[in-house]
Amino acid sequence: MSGVLLLEQLLNGVQFGVMLFLMAAGLTLVFGVMGLINLAHGSLYMVGAFAAAAVSAATGSFLLGLGAALAAAAAAGALIEVAVIRRLYARDHLDQVLATFALILIFSEGTRWLFGSFPLFLDVPGWLAGPVALPLGIDYPKYRLAVIAVGLAVAAGLFWLIAGTRLGVQIRAGEADREMIAALGVDITRLYTLVFALGAALAGLAGALVGAIQSVQVGMGEPVLILAFVVIVIGGIGSIRGAFVGALLVGLTDTLGRVLLPLAMVHVVGPQAAATAGSAVASMAIYILMALVLVFRPAGLFGKV
Amino acid sequence: MRRETIVNAALALGLLAFPLWAHWAGEPFYITLATRAAILALAGVGLNLALGTGGLVSLGHAAFFGLGGYAMGVLAWHAQMYTPMQVFGMTVPGTKSMPVIWLVAMSGGALLAALIGALSLRSSGVYFIMLTLAFGQMVYYFAISWPAYGGEDGLSIYLRNGFPGLNTLDPLQFFALTYAVLMAVIWGMARLRASPFGLALAAARQSPARVQAVGIGVFPLRLAAFVLSGAVTALAGALFADLNRFVSPSMLSWHTSGELIVIVVLGGVARLYGPVAGAVLLVTLEHVLGGVSDYWQIFLGLGLLAVVLFARGGLIGALAGRAVAHD
Amino acid sequence: MTRTGWRILGAAALALGLMQPVGAAGENLKVGMITTLSGGGAGLGIDVRDGFLLAVKQAEAPIEVVIEDDQRKPDIAVQLADKLIQSDKVDVMTGIIFSNLAMAVIPSAVAQGKIYLSPNAGPSQLAGAGCHPNYFNVAWQNDNLHEAAGAYANSAGHTNTFILAPNYPAGQDALTGFKRFYEGELAGELYTALGQTDYAAEIAQIRASGADSVFFFLPGGMGISFLKQYADSGVDMPVIGPAFSFDQGILQAVGDAALGVRNTSQWSGDLDNPVNAAFVESFEAEYGRLPSLYASQGFDTANLLISAMGKADIADLDAFRAALKEADFDSTRGAFRFNTNQHPVQDIYVREVIRDGDVFTNRIVATALRERGDAYAAECPME
Repeated sequence: MSGVLLLEQLLNGVQFGVMLFLMAAGLTLVFGVMGLINLAHGSLYMVGAFAAAAVSAATGSFLLGLGAALAAAAAAGALIEVAVIRRLYARDHLDQVLATFALILIFSEGTRWLFGSFPLFLDVPGWLAGPVALPLGIDYPKYRLAVIAVGLAVAAGLFWLIAGTRLGVQIRAGEADREMIAALGVDITRLYTLVFALGAALAGLAGALVGAIQSVQVGMGEPVLILAFVVIVIGGIGSIRGAFVGALLVGLTDTLGRVLLPLAMVHVVGPQAAATAGSAVASMAIYILMALVLVFRPAGLFGKV
Repeated sequence: MRRETIVNAALALGLLAFPLWAHWAGEPFYITLATRAAILALAGVGLNLALGTGGLVSLGHAAFFGLGGYAMGVLAWHAQMYTPMQVFGMTVPGTKSMPVIWLVAMSGGALLAALIGALSLRSSGVYFIMLTLAFGQMVYYFAISWPAYGGEDGLSIYLRNGFPGLNTLDPLQFFALTYAVLMAVIWGMARLRASPFGLALAAARQSPARVQAVGIGVFPLRLAAFVLSGAVTALAGALFADLNRFVSPSMLSWHTSGELIVIVVLGGVARLYGPVAGAVLLVTLEHVLGGVSDYWQIFLGLGLLAVVLFARGGLIGALAGRAVAHD
Repeated sequence: MTRTGWRILGAAALALGLMQPVGAAGENLKVGMITTLSGGGAGLGIDVRDGFLLAVKQAEAPIEVVIEDDQRKPDIAVQLADKLIQSDKVDVMTGIIFSNLAMAVIPSAVAQGKIYLSPNAGPSQLAGAGCHPNYFNVAWQNDNLHEAAGAYANSAGHTNTFILAPNYPAGQDALTGFKRFYEGELAGELYTALGQTDYAAEIAQIRASGADSVFFFLPGGMGISFLKQYADSGVDMPVIGPAFSFDQGILQAVGDAALGVRNTSQWSGDLDNPVNAAFVESFEAEYGRLPSLYASQGFDTANLLISAMGKADIADLDAFRAALKEADFDSTRGAFRFNTNQHPVQDIYVREVIRDGDVFTNRIVATALRERGDAYAAECPME
């Protein structure tokens, strides 16, 4: 394989990783601050994609669709936080798993009820369509570059939010000692709703961004959800920095695994079986990565033990 | 008698009486439904040991359930095609005998659980949940993309496997067999929970430090429970595949893990008969709600939410009261 | 699981018995339909169901249809089959969309003496050594559309095609089917993960491979994702695929990215025969949407069944099977007959995706294979 192609695949891995980060950031934030494990995070991703598709179709504007995705996912997040999630903070993980599993059923079938069983249409906006020529002769889709840019901007924004704002101080305090910040007079109920809605909005943004180059359909959030879990476990649950590093690791491992493993397998099992065997191992690559990380660092790369 | 004992006895008798009635009424399909409930209950009993007694929330038990299914599928497939298989250079024939299949399924389940448990039990809480989920997904993707045994298509077995002295093709006899297995396992679980091992396991759930302090290793304790739990769930998987005469990777999907947890929690966590109540309730809900609406899973979701939020003892908790709860 | 389906009773047709070819005994025939009506893939099952019911309604045939939703889960499908056979005591079964569910249900259903008419899935096992006198496939053998794509690649002058499919049995069969007729070189052969949604890495490989065309089989959402990303990548070599990724239900979700793509199908809305014209018009009038490939297959399945009811009674299984095998009905796809293994022998066309007003649809541009049976018929012991 040529070096230029490998470089392009690295870029693909980074793009996938950045997208995973948008999903994982919300999950890890919610876990870090509220100690909640939220299986329904993938449903919020789906809500974002559907809202973007519906609004773009109605208005013809991709940016309006993106705005709608943020708003709809944040609203859905706030709604389930107030109605269901806040009753779960004091519960054990089992109850949280089960209640959010129930939410997945409700969101999935509810969306199907509203929008029908066929996938919706959402396309890349005209001004981001097509490829752009990069140095070394790489033709790379403009839209994917834009996704990388948005993801990095969101990451920077999140780091600034956590490190440099009043809300960030409260969030960090909440992670460290829940009773303490309540005692300091912070409205903890509002803070939790805010953090949950923020995480939901990030998931909705990811759903809308990805919806433009993938299929907008019921159940689209579940594969991504599981990858996002792998990301935050590798990075250390609760750590935004860990989520960022974990997302890039998973994105690169998955992409390069899919490309390189079938090539490598030719030497092991011969060219006939290499395509299927390589693909089989590649689909397990990120789970193997996770197991390896946890053997050496049981709390993830940046997690607190 | 304690109220929970009465509820348990009513459940056990009800699950037995329903298919007998169905047989009398000439509705063999309801016997199949009851068999499904009994098998899912057995899987739940397996999970309940880890999840309820041990406090180990595993979101990867589908791996054991599916492994049991594939133990049945692979062995019966080789027997059906009259082609022996090669295992580490040895030639092993397939089999259509349930006891042999069960033994293989349980050993396989125990082995896989030992492997996954050894790696996952080093962590706890949410890491444990995620790890079991991820290992489950790993097995799932492996089964889908490995072409030897049907991959995504799964394996079809034309005739149900045999059990000495029974005609397993007869729905009622097959039900009786699964019911007997279920009751035997529940009896064993009751003994286990009252044993020093069971008491230590339950104590380790509430306060690992204290158990450690009296000189019992928490890790081997939990690993043993996890292995046993995996073996029982694998046995249920083998029976489930035999009920359907079919096994496929869908048995390994993480939705199956979720459903197993649902069964345990619907019935009541750590209750001896909780999984039985949960499985009966789930199968009934599926059957009844499914007839009402295309979108019946919305109602299933709402019902689940209600149980988690407002009826924490599950069905048995609601019937028997919380006073006898485990902690 | 058991969505105890509503029942369509064509009993009114009894009154019109003299005008219509009805069952010889004049009794209702009971059909059990297991299909996918919820969850992923529900669109396909809904189309098969609607096409089937439209034909029953138009013929006013004395058919009672019990409809059940398999949720695309094999274990549910098996259980529903038990219910339909044991409780509802149906005579004929049909409806399954996906091959893995078909393999779970059909062998045991036909072994229990039920007729099974497949409106969509055609796994190779059931076409070859595993064929059965009670099993009729009204759609295609799974390889057919891929074979046609391979044949079309030759006639279109492609000599260096890049091929890809998901890594599961149907995907492996698809590439095998394509290679059976394709005569050129392969620029690359790739298996993706089932359910994969991002194809950036694969598209980069395609670009670097120096291929002159791409063949892919990626059903459902996978195909939508691939096509959108492919169109956006600026790679502009021609794409060929089976009809599944270009059918009426999902074309609108792919949008412009699919325009001009050549795909192979045994049916198309613009196929020029009176039965098809009437079908397209009445389907649109009844359901308010254009029919899909799957709807046409459901419609043909019901008409095949109705044609047999006019010739034989279901109680006489041998006569009924013989009547089915004659395939004496007017199909929406023109000439149709059964091979020795009771799978179709039919023409397979090449379609092009076009935009008609603001609706994306297909039109026929060529015929890829004429009177094609399948590669497995010789292994089937039936005559």
